[in-house]
Amino acid sequence: MDDWVCYERMVLIRCFEEAVERLFSEGRIMGTAHVCIGQEAVAVGIAAALKPGDALTSTHRGHGHFLAVGADPGRMMAEMFGKATGYSRGRGGSQMMADTALGFYGANGITAGSMAFACGLALEAQQRRTGRVVVCIIGDGAANEGLFHESLNLAALWCLPLVVVCENNRYAMSTPVAAGLANTRLAERGAAYGIPGCAVDGNVVADVRAAVETALTRARAGSGPSLVECETYRLSGHSKGDPRIYRSTAEEADAWQREPIRRLEAQMLAAPGSDPARFAACRTRAEQAIAAAIRFAEASPAPDPATVTEGVFAPD
Amino acid sequence: MKTFTLAIRETLAAEMRRDPAVFLMGEDIGAYGGAFGVTQGLLAEFGPGRVRDTPISEQALVGTAIGAAAAGLRPVVEIMFMDFITLAVDQLANLAAKLHYIYQIPCPLVVRAPTGGGRGYGATHSQTLERLFTGIPGLRIAAPSDAADASGLLQTAMRGANPVLFLEHKLLYPLRWKLGEKLPPPVPFGHARITHSGDRVTLIAWSYMAHLCLAAAHQLAAAGINAEVVDLRTLAPLDTETLVAAARKTGRVLIVEEGPVTGGFGAEIATRIFEAAYDSLDAPIRRLAGPDCPIPASKVLEAACIPSIAAIVAAARELAESTN
Repeated sequence: MDDWVCYERMVLIRCFEEAVERLFSEGRIMGTAHVCIGQEAVAVGIAAALKPGDALTSTHRGHGHFLAVGADPGRMMAEMFGKATGYSRGRGGSQMMADTALGFYGANGITAGSMAFACGLALEAQQRRTGRVVVCIIGDGAANEGLFHESLNLAALWCLPLVVVCENNRYAMSTPVAAGLANTRLAERGAAYGIPGCAVDGNVVADVRAAVETALTRARAGSGPSLVECETYRLSGHSKGDPRIYRSTAEEADAWQREPIRRLEAQMLAAPGSDPARFAACRTRAEQAIAAAIRFAEASPAPDPATVTEGVFAPD
Repeated sequence: MKTFTLAIRETLAAEMRRDPAVFLMGEDIGAYGGAFGVTQGLLAEFGPGRVRDTPISEQALVGTAIGAAAAGLRPVVEIMFMDFITLAVDQLANLAAKLHYIYQIPCPLVVRAPTGGGRGYGATHSQTLERLFTGIPGLRIAAPSDAADASGLLQTAMRGANPVLFLEHKLLYPLRWKLGEKLPPPVPFGHARITHSGDRVTLIAWSYMAHLCLAAAHQLAAAGINAEVVDLRTLAPLDTETLVAAARKTGRVLIVEEGPVTGGFGAEIATRIFEAAYDSLDAPIRRLAGPDCPIPASKVLEAACIPSIAAIVAAARELAESTN
């Protein structure tokens, strides 16, 4: 992925998430969703570092991760609308989509819930020597779950080809990191397991990519897992309907100054020969793609209620 | 003659020889051979890559197994005492049970769990906790009561494509049954077994309680009361058809369960029978189960918590002789 591809993916994610917020406010979709506006560079930086065949697990805030690895916005939007054409045929909703063909083993509605699962994917890669590395994305809130400790200990002990990327967006729902973490320097947790832990500016896509690539290379060489902390900021609320009364508008305005898309844009504009019109055209294309996704979702059939119990078990 | 333990060990080994995707994970299952000795000798044959000792991290070990299963391996996890499965309920309930329904990812996982009391291990090493899982669609639950079923059900579990909770009652481990050199055939899930035929009263149970019910049926027969004994073999799927037929046959039903009576799976069985066969019942359905208290360590107190053969015989007799 070059800068342009990264930029396009980040803008696509932004447009998708803005559309999700809009669709909720218009009452066109139901349930809940956690959008990742402001965190697009983490998703795209990881995707840019992955090789074909690698795997990814995600969080409850997973739309961006999924889009970054190439998910179809139409099928994602159909899932948001609860339609039969959605990635989970309307059974998963915002927090539960997967496409193993893309190496995307699922967003997960349980905080830290995919960490051991990711270890298992990595164990398979290690046992069968497939060369695959697994990236497990978590949030800062997940760092306080017991599974964080159990999984990192096991991954380090067994030298699993795993990279844990912690998207530190400063808030676990309404709880700021300082109120939830005894040590807010999350990357230091790596030392507890004898593995590398590094912190990068999660709003700079190249920095995320470089850090994840380093960790992937180490994992692929058989040297075991790493912890990469990406410092970012959740510009929207935790979920739809979050009034964000726990933080100031000044803080948010300040965070908007550091948001990743404009930063990448500024950097690319500074390069000689860049064409400002190209950025606007990119945004227009992304908006058109999301509009088409919404049209696809709305035109798709609803799942048949008679099928509700189908697929509880896989065919033995 | 083979013990329940040996039947399970031989089945694990045979499946591991047959399918290189099968591997074992658990605490102290390698050199130690497992807390109950089930995996003794397997490390020597299959090596540490396929007989994996894990740290004491039930949540991570179950979650890791789920991930390995999702990627195409066939993990068999041992939870040292079923009581410890509480530490991994999230992974089973929120991930294993939902992987196929939501994501269409098969999860061929077996979680073996030694269950039950009777050995004085106290409140955190003696429980039968299948009730935590019977209400979670997406999980299968097998609960054999003898060595042939232990092997047959385990074969089915290990060759399937779904998460299976496999209950191994600790008091069954040392018991012996006549079994040939070859493994018994696989036992399909969802087929209860009539282990004793009778027309006066129907006893329904699973796991060790089904073993006790069979012993009780022999005593009852000697006293002239013929009991129909139904061994569920699997709780999920549940063979309602066989249960209902057995209830209709005698009109008198005693459900025997090891855990506390409140919220036990016996209540589900009673309801299914009542819904389908209330017109055939000659007496209220009766449940014999533990009292609503934790399992104490003292031998006499523990015995007061677990149905015994004598208690089953007495309850069955009372039910058979009741005039309603």
